[in-house]
Amino acid sequence: MFTYYFRLGLRSLKRNMVLTALMIAAIAVGIGACMTALTVFRAMSGDPIPQKSKQLFAPQIDNWGPDAHAGGPTDRLEPQLSYTDVLGLMKAHAARRQTGMYATLQSLRPTDPKQKPTKVFVRAAFTDFFPMFEVPFKYGGAWTASDDEARAAVVVLTQDMNDKLFGGTNSVGKTIRLDNEPYTVIGVLDDWRLLPRFYDLAIRPFGDGDAIFMPFTRAIDKHMVNTGSTQCNGDVESGFEGRLKSDCIWLQFWVELPTESDAQNYRAFLNNYAAEQQRFGRFHWPPHTQLRDVPQWLQYRHVVPSEVRILILVSFGFLLVCLMNAMGLMLAKIMGRAGDIGVRRALGASRGAIFAQCLIETGVVGLAGGIFGLLLTALGLWAARSLLTKEFVALAHLDWADTGIAVLLAVGATVLAGLYPTWRAAHVQPAWQLKAQ
Amino acid sequence: MEFGPIISAMRRNKVGAILIAVQMAITLAIMCNALFIIEQRVALSKRPTGADEPNVLIIQNNQWVGNAPDASARLQGDLAALRSLPGVQDAFATNSFPMSGGGSTTGLSLHPNQKDPTAIAAVYFGDGHAIAGFGLKLVAGRNFNSGDVVDKLGYTDLKSPTGIIVTRVLADKLFPDGNAVGQSIYDEARHGQTPIIGIVDRLQVPWVSAAGWGSKFNDSSIIEPFNLVSMYPYNYIVHAQPGQMSAVLQAAPKKLFDVSRARVIQRTLTMTDARADAYKNDKGLVVILGVVCVALLAVTAFGIVGLTSYWVAQRRRQIGIRRALGATRNAIVQYFQTENLLIAGAGAAIGVALAVSLNLWMVNAFAMQRLHTGYALIGAIVVMILGQAAVLWPALKAASIPPALATRAA
Repeated sequence: MFTYYFRLGLRSLKRNMVLTALMIAAIAVGIGACMTALTVFRAMSGDPIPQKSKQLFAPQIDNWGPDAHAGGPTDRLEPQLSYTDVLGLMKAHAARRQTGMYATLQSLRPTDPKQKPTKVFVRAAFTDFFPMFEVPFKYGGAWTASDDEARAAVVVLTQDMNDKLFGGTNSVGKTIRLDNEPYTVIGVLDDWRLLPRFYDLAIRPFGDGDAIFMPFTRAIDKHMVNTGSTQCNGDVESGFEGRLKSDCIWLQFWVELPTESDAQNYRAFLNNYAAEQQRFGRFHWPPHTQLRDVPQWLQYRHVVPSEVRILILVSFGFLLVCLMNAMGLMLAKIMGRAGDIGVRRALGASRGAIFAQCLIETGVVGLAGGIFGLLLTALGLWAARSLLTKEFVALAHLDWADTGIAVLLAVGATVLAGLYPTWRAAHVQPAWQLKAQ
Repeated sequence: MEFGPIISAMRRNKVGAILIAVQMAITLAIMCNALFIIEQRVALSKRPTGADEPNVLIIQNNQWVGNAPDASARLQGDLAALRSLPGVQDAFATNSFPMSGGGSTTGLSLHPNQKDPTAIAAVYFGDGHAIAGFGLKLVAGRNFNSGDVVDKLGYTDLKSPTGIIVTRVLADKLFPDGNAVGQSIYDEARHGQTPIIGIVDRLQVPWVSAAGWGSKFNDSSIIEPFNLVSMYPYNYIVHAQPGQMSAVLQAAPKKLFDVSRARVIQRTLTMTDARADAYKNDKGLVVILGVVCVALLAVTAFGIVGLTSYWVAQRRRQIGIRRALGATRNAIVQYFQTENLLIAGAGAAIGVALAVSLNLWMVNAFAMQRLHTGYALIGAIVVMILGQAAVLWPALKAASIPPALATRAA
């Protein structure tokens, strides 16, 4: 029966080509607009580390006091930590894994002396960084906790950096020069991309990022200044040492807490830590701390720009208009065939049969709209990539999930819009129609 | 024209009429909000920086390789080389530039230990060539002289400037009486007081995105008489003579690499490039919303054409009878036009309400501005004209139905 109705549906679409084309075009345009916005949104709001996003947390501590966040965030918490607090939390070692970190820009001396030096993003972190974020290695491995303590001059390269410097060969044991200082390569990463790079959102969360990793202690030792955001409050002494002693916030800090009770314990620990600082006389206010996991963090930091949300809103409104349009046209089309339906009813077709037939016919329209809509989505994404910066259309591309969503959305929405016309069709009075003929 | 028969005919076709009215309402709501956003973003991307944009280029993020102990001498050497280039009016070194998206801010207070600063301002470093380098206009006070300018050893060097130059907007905010020059202000990070020695007409902050960090103090900037010498990257701003831009754009980075190769330069760009980069997303949003508006109007128009054509086909015999009874072609066309006007009027009324509530929601959700009522009214007129235009073709088709049709068939 289904295939018969399907063929009938196709045949009926051919009967009034203009109306059919208008319907399909309306649905396709609506689906195209919607899917373009949705694909961009999905790419930007995706979970960068799905297997672990609920076990990784960013602690926040108010180290400035309730009066000091003028014009800043309403929760009176800043997204980064001071060096003092990072050292305190590292020393306490209250989580299964933890790492303070920051990004620094260093000049990299090329292996070919005729080439100009280039600038690279270097991330200074502790050894836990690699297992915490499940960073895959191609050659060698991460540095150890004793390297952290020894302030070892070692680096880990990303795959891209290793390709650029050593042509993709195993470079473990070789030396690179950062700002004229030699560093031994001890590991090379496999292909590793986090989108967005949630652990440090101040630096192009969707763009190219960290190319080299080195021990945090080494970077501090060498007075490597951070790139990204630094916010200061209160007295600051001059020089790098002054920065370290100050309450300036410029470091990111992440912990791994495998279970819910670990997270609860860590929350308590953070409050105790802040209370302790209050007892020591460093903080003159009651503890004010927060612990957010990756999804909460991304939402808190507004990773998806409001422009994308505006586009989502506009495109769904657009789809609504397109669907109402298709609904009107379907009504016209189906009621134009009231005579045929009357004959079929008179010949014994049940209401259910008419209903099924018309529903399948609208489904066919939806399917065609969905397929054309997909083409328009591809076109829309191409346009978005050329019109907007990377921050907006980070690697947004159509995958199978998007294709499925588009077709389902098109068929589902069209059938929904077709329900009323179909219902009207099923209630055609056969006697009336036959009389009018 | 009589509304009675039209309304009673419409009541037999409720759903179609409602569909068209609601479509028009949503189209109107989206369209006027989109137009409003477009207007705002266009205005945003046209805000002046205060610099002589067509003739200013930026050598972005010069950074020395290795720790350069003679960084101060190197910086002066670079500046001398740049200033001596043919076609160059002036050049200076600075930490940031308008539209770059990165820089420093500070809070400025009128009294020491004030709880909240009186104003927030972007901080640019520069020597006595900064005003001529950007092409700014000094409107009061004086420029820096060589005695004012000292080296700043990185951002962690917190020595106080001997005096600062502020923008007119900032001066007015700090000292509404207009006597800013000679007054002292207190900086957030340093407790020392700093006198204001000059006022420039305008100098935009580095952050220009729509609801971004800089939107609250767009024209509040200060220039501090510092040369940033450290391992930090900094920028050279070069002011070319009119017409010499492309030559200087080629020559300037080449000259710097002739002076020393132990450096990294991120890129060399014109202020015009910087503007295109900074407002790319705003322009993109304008284009996308524009296309969406046109597509929406087209879809709605085609929907009206489709449904009205169906109504015409449905009423062929009735129209034939009306014609046979003496109705003119004009009367038939007018019938459909009036019908559409009624539907569009209802749609526009709902649409204006919808547009305003959509905007109110966006004001809350995205910190948008309030919609001007003018937009809603223009939108309503556009939608009604659209309806009239879309209905014309089916109406003309209806008018061409021959009266003889009434005599045919039963």
